Amino acid sequence: MSAGIWVLVEHSDGEIRKVTLEALGLGRTLAAQQGGEVVAVVLAQDTGQYMGKLSAFGADRVLACQDPSLKIYSCDSYAHTLARLARDRKPKAILFGATAQGKDLAGRLSAKLEAPLLADVTHLAFQDGKFVARRPMNAGKVVAMVESIGDSPVIASIRPKAFPMPTPIDGRTAAIDNVAFDAPEAGLGTVVKEILKAAGGALDVTEADVVVAGGRGLKGPEHFRLLEELADALHGAVGTSRPAVDAGWRDHSTQVGQTGKVVSPKLYIAVGISGAIQHLVGITGAKTVIAINKDPEAPIFKRADYGIVGDLFEVVPAITAAIKKA
Amino acid sequence: MNIFVCIKQVPETSQSVKIDPEGTAISLDGLEFVINPFDEYAIEEALRIKERFHEGKVTLVTMGPERCQKALRSGLAMGADDAVQLSDPLFDGSDPLTTARILAAFLKTQEFGLVLAGKQAVDDDSSMVPQALAEYLGVPHVCTVKKLELADDKKSATAHREIDGGTEVVTCRLPAVFSAEKGLNEPRYESLKGKMAAKKKQIRSVSAAELGLDPAKVGPRAATVKVCKLSYPEVKQGGVRMIEGDLAGQVAETTKILREGLKVI
Repeated sequence: MSAGIWVLVEHSDGEIRKVTLEALGLGRTLAAQQGGEVVAVVLAQDTGQYMGKLSAFGADRVLACQDPSLKIYSCDSYAHTLARLARDRKPKAILFGATAQGKDLAGRLSAKLEAPLLADVTHLAFQDGKFVARRPMNAGKVVAMVESIGDSPVIASIRPKAFPMPTPIDGRTAAIDNVAFDAPEAGLGTVVKEILKAAGGALDVTEADVVVAGGRGLKGPEHFRLLEELADALHGAVGTSRPAVDAGWRDHSTQVGQTGKVVSPKLYIAVGISGAIQHLVGITGAKTVIAINKDPEAPIFKRADYGIVGDLFEVVPAITAAIKKA
Repeated sequence: MNIFVCIKQVPETSQSVKIDPEGTAISLDGLEFVINPFDEYAIEEALRIKERFHEGKVTLVTMGPERCQKALRSGLAMGADDAVQLSDPLFDGSDPLTTARILAAFLKTQEFGLVLAGKQAVDDDSSMVPQALAEYLGVPHVCTVKKLELADDKKSATAHREIDGGTEVVTCRLPAVFSAEKGLNEPRYESLKGKMAAKKKQIRSVSAAELGLDPAKVGPRAATVKVCKLSYPEVKQGGVRMIEGDLAGQVAETTKILREGLKVI
């Protein structure tokens, strides 16, 4: 029996993504609301390595699908296998991280199963026989309460860092169901040839606890080094405002805002960013914002918790040096 | 090879948006609309592929009411050949999955080598229509594409797709659906000549009946997700605390806040 709440395990290089663990925690809450097990579904070349962590973080059962072809994520293989398992075992819900992989897969699976997709949710509950979610729209300019209609499994992608990280319990053990892998009959339409890692294995802005972001005030790409040093000292990631990306200073993958990423770090340090509405909507989830800007009238100060009016080329290196000394 | 680009008209992003009195939709009063920014990359890519192979047509497709014709005209002014508006009162209130089903119903009547779209609409933010559309069409998809190269025989393509912390290099057989990430290209502006030509072009309107769509399979009746209520995000209370003083003083206080208040060092 493996109805209940499923969590698709996202992993790379033997590491489980944090958002998967957050989804397991959410799974436990949902299972308490509507009964059933929390089931982790893992597709990998070697599934065994993940069992301990999945058990400790809340899985009652693991559906383990192991195959050499699953060395690298494939939307075709994953969607095909998940659809088959879901048709057989009828879960109440299937949770994904709202990550590049989760979004890729959830949209396809939703059509395959004709199942509701609650996309990029920041709250999810089971109430009166329905799943009810909260999800930001227009990049967070408004927040929608949405509900699923119908009986098919509900698919939800959850925003990284929107749900609490569960406390692992040592010694918890999950039941393991090994499930067969069968490739899609039509063959694979897409094949991942290679994964090019971002320089320095950079932490993604959506997953970092601290984001240090720079804008036009940096005056040129070479000065982002100052932000990298501050981010390093705080174990954080470097983000960028749209004008700095449009100027070609930084890669779009680091852009925060309406046409970039929406971030929810504990601390967001905005450096030389004026604070256009398209940027501010990307940081509504940030717990604390520190703004450093030479213009005391910059709109970013209206959103910030702490403000420093000053020359970023003096202030930022001085803070970095002070942290390193501390 | 014919290329279809699925576009959506969305509120221009520098505007704040208001919720209508019923509380379940955005108020459209006074809003300025544009082509979804990610869709502009899709249009540009389609035009470049057509220019490279010197053949085929680029056709824009949108589902939506009368006002969406402005977005189609903008895309025509960029250089697209044709525009189709899937327009029917029955379509109003369709959720993203239903939208994908309607787009698929139209595309199934066409011969296409490629379907391009933006990776997400910046109003609904679901990031699911291109993937669902590909599933309904029975073709592969690649999302968040920032580089796309077609093989000379046009039977396959290699795409670079943005993933968290890197780039995936994916080969894909055609026909297929690709969703565009920012950075795929630099969209061209509408030219004056293009604008003049766009004014003269006919926009073809297609109804549910023409697509053979069952009225029960479109619009709110078919929805799997319902928006119950919209609200504004919580506004931060308390205002900003300015850290004053000379540089040394500002740095000392900031470090104290980072250590004691925020506990990040």
